[in-house]
Amino acid sequence: MIQSIWHFILSLWPEPLRLVLFVAGIMAFVGGNAAYLVWVERKGAARFQRRPGPTEVGWAGLLQPIADAAKLLSKQLIVPAGADSTLFRMAPLLMMSPVLMSLAVIPWGQSLAARNINVGLLMIFAFGSVNVMAVMLGGWSSRNKYAIISAARVVSQNVAYEIPMLLVVITMIMVTGTMNLNEIVVQQAGGFWHWNFFRVWVNPLMPVTFLIFYICMLAETNRAPFDMAEAESELVAGVYTEYAGMGFGVFFMAEYANILLGCALATVLFLGGWQSPIGVFSGVFWFLVKMYLLIFSVVWIRWTFPRTQFYGLLNLSWKILIPASLFTLILTSAMMKLFR
Amino acid sequence: MILKEQLKTEITADGAPRETFVINLGPQHPATHGVLRVKMTMDGEYIVRAEPVCGYIHRMQEKMGENRTYAQFLPNTSRIDYLSAMTYTHAFVGAVERALKLQVPPRAEYIRVITSEMNRISSHLVWWGAFLLDLGGFTPLLYAFDDREKILDLLEAITGSRLTYSYFRIGGLYNDIDDAFIKGTRAFVAQMRPRLKMYRSLVTDNIILRKRIIEIGPISKEMCRKYGATGPVIRGSGVPYDVRKVEPYSAYPEFDFVVPTFEEGDSMARYLVRMEEMAQSLRIIEQGLDKLPAGPVMAEKVPRVVKLPAGDYCYAVEAARGRFAVRIVSDNKEIPYRVKLRTPSLSNLSLFEEASAGMLLPDALALMGSLDLVIPDIDR
Repeated sequence: MIQSIWHFILSLWPEPLRLVLFVAGIMAFVGGNAAYLVWVERKGAARFQRRPGPTEVGWAGLLQPIADAAKLLSKQLIVPAGADSTLFRMAPLLMMSPVLMSLAVIPWGQSLAARNINVGLLMIFAFGSVNVMAVMLGGWSSRNKYAIISAARVVSQNVAYEIPMLLVVITMIMVTGTMNLNEIVVQQAGGFWHWNFFRVWVNPLMPVTFLIFYICMLAETNRAPFDMAEAESELVAGVYTEYAGMGFGVFFMAEYANILLGCALATVLFLGGWQSPIGVFSGVFWFLVKMYLLIFSVVWIRWTFPRTQFYGLLNLSWKILIPASLFTLILTSAMMKLFR
Repeated sequence: MILKEQLKTEITADGAPRETFVINLGPQHPATHGVLRVKMTMDGEYIVRAEPVCGYIHRMQEKMGENRTYAQFLPNTSRIDYLSAMTYTHAFVGAVERALKLQVPPRAEYIRVITSEMNRISSHLVWWGAFLLDLGGFTPLLYAFDDREKILDLLEAITGSRLTYSYFRIGGLYNDIDDAFIKGTRAFVAQMRPRLKMYRSLVTDNIILRKRIIEIGPISKEMCRKYGATGPVIRGSGVPYDVRKVEPYSAYPEFDFVVPTFEEGDSMARYLVRMEEMAQSLRIIEQGLDKLPAGPVMAEKVPRVVKLPAGDYCYAVEAARGRFAVRIVSDNKEIPYRVKLRTPSLSNLSLFEEASAGMLLPDALALMGSLDLVIPDIDR
């Protein structure tokens, strides 16, 4: 009975229902991940620092993120006097929504993607640029000197790192010949030696390309050692100084959602997406394993290194990463011209 | 947002106008580790002027010294620089002993040296962790505190206190050390050496750290002398000034140790001086335990009511942050006429304004961290 009604509704509006399902799925996935990546981060940090980390709320502190969220939700959202209230409230949303939209094109499994569109990669980078604006707006509208200094840093940082990242992505598009993420993964079928990371016969510098992508991903998500947005020992809390309650909470969640997106993209582009390393039993499991390993490395780096100096960071981008990524791009095109 | 009226147009030396704004670092700011306020006039991210504003935690220690007896003032000395309380008490009891011409038993002097050096290591460990915290690395702090905890446990066992010891008394010590302390200290020394090696490979040789502090915040010998900077700051500028060697006190002449100096004068030099000093302190502790004489820990003829003969007495020690000197002017009463405390942090801070001019904000914070400021020591 219920099933027949279900089929009836599905036959009436198949597309809207599919959309609702995927939107709910992605929201739940991002929400759950953002909450539990905080837990992973705190537990991981604690282990690196020889302390137990959260243990009180729930078993091994597993309910801690929920308690934190409840606390943040119960706080008043304070808009500082004289701040541009509309922009101030909009900034966290602008930070969060592009990630959710970008995740729609990530192919989690063979047929598990909200949208399988031909310009998926382009879409992710188009939406990715909105983040910079969100941080800028947050810093600018809160009318706080620490926030605006930090916002100015973030803008120059993200502009500097967007370039090598896009050059690397162009290299990958040339190698794969498509911007459809699903196809990119399909091309990497077979054992791990078919993954783009190991395809040194296409471009001998493929691991370097991955490294550049990874560093840029860290910088783009404002993660340590590039956490200029929240240089807590210099600029109090940087852009987030004036944000209270869930305003801060959404920024915080967006940071983890961005890491999630960055690592998912790295998995798709370089590590063969859902493809299994041994060639059999491919599936969504492998995607998650690879993605979470990358996320763990991000946490690891954060709790190991001190923060870079701002100008050192720009120098790294302009003097090392951009020439290196340009070189890999030229090398790849030359190899393709010669050997294909 | 920076409002138009908050910006001030200044004319620079080369005639170009520039817009500056004022940013407050403190009195509550994560990088000032307390209630120091630095009023910074900024041109973008460059510092035009950084003016330290002191006095937020002033407790009138010197005035307190003028209205209580010597024994009553003794606990105050632990509360000036709470991170190297042992050495501060040493300077005060040293000045009183010098005035009374008291002979402190050698065992007491040795234990003073051993505990002072342990205190120096714990102080440097806090600095190390906090400095890296300033640079954005959180993890070293917890490693440093892990080691420091062992020192505090050892000192707590003999002094009964973890931070403000008041262990040195006029004429000697509060009590003798026991075998458990000697054993524990030996174990600590054995354990600390590999830890220092680990810190070197894990943190000192890290490329991000090196890029952040090498050639950042250079301080010349002349600037150190001009402002009276002492301790690791002047030794990082290539001047081997160490009170333990220059004006030897207590049992220090009987110990074999090196005063580490580095010529560069940058933040890295000050960093390396402190790291090397920890290794030297371990050497001193080991020698002290080897040569520890037997005997009493309190001088025989300590007057019950301490009354210094009229005169002017001074005693300087090498505290973790530099030269700490107590000057007592007595007019032959139970209460001193004047107690002057010369604290190293104030002198070290006073060069910050000149040294930080024209620096970038994060670099200036690296410089400030490398000065190792303790705010109650500045304001006292």
